[in-house]
Amino acid sequence: MSHRAALPDPHLPPTTPAPAAPISASVPCVSVAGLTVHRGKLDVLRDLSFSIPEGRITGLLGPSGSGKTTLIRALVGVQRITAGQVNVLGRPAGEASLRHDVGYVTQAASVYKDLSVLDNVRYFGAMHGRSRADALEAVNAVGLTDFAKRRAQDLSGGQFSRVSLACALVSKPKLLILDEPTVGLDPVLRADLWTQFAAMAAAGTTLVISSHVMEEAGHCDSLLLLREGKLLAQLTPDQLRQQGNTADLELAFLRLIQADQQHHTTAGREGTS
Amino acid sequence: MNAKMMWATCVRVLQQLRGDPRSVALILVVPAVLLALVYWLYENETLPPGVPRTFDRVGLMMLGIFPFVVMFLITSITMLRERTSGTLERLLTTPIHKGDLLFGYALAFSIMAALQALVANAVAYWVFGMSLKGNSGWVVLISVLTAVLGVALGLLCSAFATTEFQAVQFMPVVVIPQILLCGLFVARSEMNTVLQAIANVLPLSYAVDGLQQIAAHADVTGDLVTDLVVVAAFVVAVLLLASLTLRRRSA
Repeated sequence: MSHRAALPDPHLPPTTPAPAAPISASVPCVSVAGLTVHRGKLDVLRDLSFSIPEGRITGLLGPSGSGKTTLIRALVGVQRITAGQVNVLGRPAGEASLRHDVGYVTQAASVYKDLSVLDNVRYFGAMHGRSRADALEAVNAVGLTDFAKRRAQDLSGGQFSRVSLACALVSKPKLLILDEPTVGLDPVLRADLWTQFAAMAAAGTTLVISSHVMEEAGHCDSLLLLREGKLLAQLTPDQLRQQGNTADLELAFLRLIQADQQHHTTAGREGTS
Repeated sequence: MNAKMMWATCVRVLQQLRGDPRSVALILVVPAVLLALVYWLYENETLPPGVPRTFDRVGLMMLGIFPFVVMFLITSITMLRERTSGTLERLLTTPIHKGDLLFGYALAFSIMAALQALVANAVAYWVFGMSLKGNSGWVVLISVLTAVLGVALGLLCSAFATTEFQAVQFMPVVVIPQILLCGLFVARSEMNTVLQAIANVLPLSYAVDGLQQIAAHADVTGDLVTDLVVVAAFVVAVLLLASLTLRRRSA
């Protein structure tokens, strides 16, 4: 395949984690090697290798359909993988002992609509031996204390997705994986959540957060840029700005994609001529 | 298996049910009302002296059939919601054991089934004067067993449905044949050999046979014990099959 052969690009700075970046100082929380996922005839993920440092926010960014959710599912250990290795906290992803340490918030809020906010959080907390006080704390952390007794289905869309988040927070996971947690939230709330994520990271939690909104990338310590199932780059937001030669992260990402595409077409022509 | 997680699941299922008064009514009130319907259906029959009323036979069987139908319906929909809303996948990323989840469900609905059986049996004996030779406690036990059988089959069938509409479609496939062949309309011994063979491998037939044993004998017969064991074995087997449909990893 010309795709893989063409990956190292002499015109771009190295796309693997730069040794100068501050992230290299920490122990990896997640390490992925040669991860490939086929679904039917579709190559959803192609030979991904990267590692994620502990206690940082790693953004997983890419257009819709680029394989973000599949990658997240592989990290959680619910995705059947075709090849490669996924290690989380030093153990194979999905191992029984990891279920206490990894929190997962799915893209669509997965909570019981017919239960109250608190009952939802208490139930998921019970799976980790957490108390009612822990549940109240998690409800408070997502700003739903006033709605604790309300049924989840009676909440607004943004409140509803925060119930889902609270159900993950209650277990106090070492690694928290969130699939597009800010979709459909108003700007104020989004800012609130990012502040909260930063506080969690500062307290030692590792966060992996997917998004297709590039402006959110600025909140992350490190970015994984995904496109068509391939890892385009792993870098810091600043490195992305430098490479794209613009302060606009969205534009920088687009330029990176264009550079990659051009490279492929030229490489393809060279291959056929 | 972890008793705390199983109990938490049981409590959660009951909390969900509490928020839905219609389902509670379906479980507690509807069987008693249907029983009344059966009673009035046979109200005007004329019988030679010494022959038991048809209601005593049919009504008794209904005490085993209603819980089965109601619990099958409620469980298959509840579990389907669990599968389609993403909560099942999420739960399976937590330390919960599949058995905790399934037995939590079974326990919650057993509690409801026991309440249902108490209401329906009380109506049958005290309002409509149903007469039995055996102890009515055994009838309650069979009602609970058939309810749990409905729960187990509902949990299993929900794996093969993707919408609530499809889940309901299992009613005529899984439930109605069992009602037709259980001995309610024609005694099993009077069926042709093919139907008899089919009826002999359907769990509801054993529940109905057990009820007839209680009606006819004052003491616990060996047949009754066999019937109870067979239905219980079906419940365990179906729950095990259902646990195979809960996968932590999917494509």
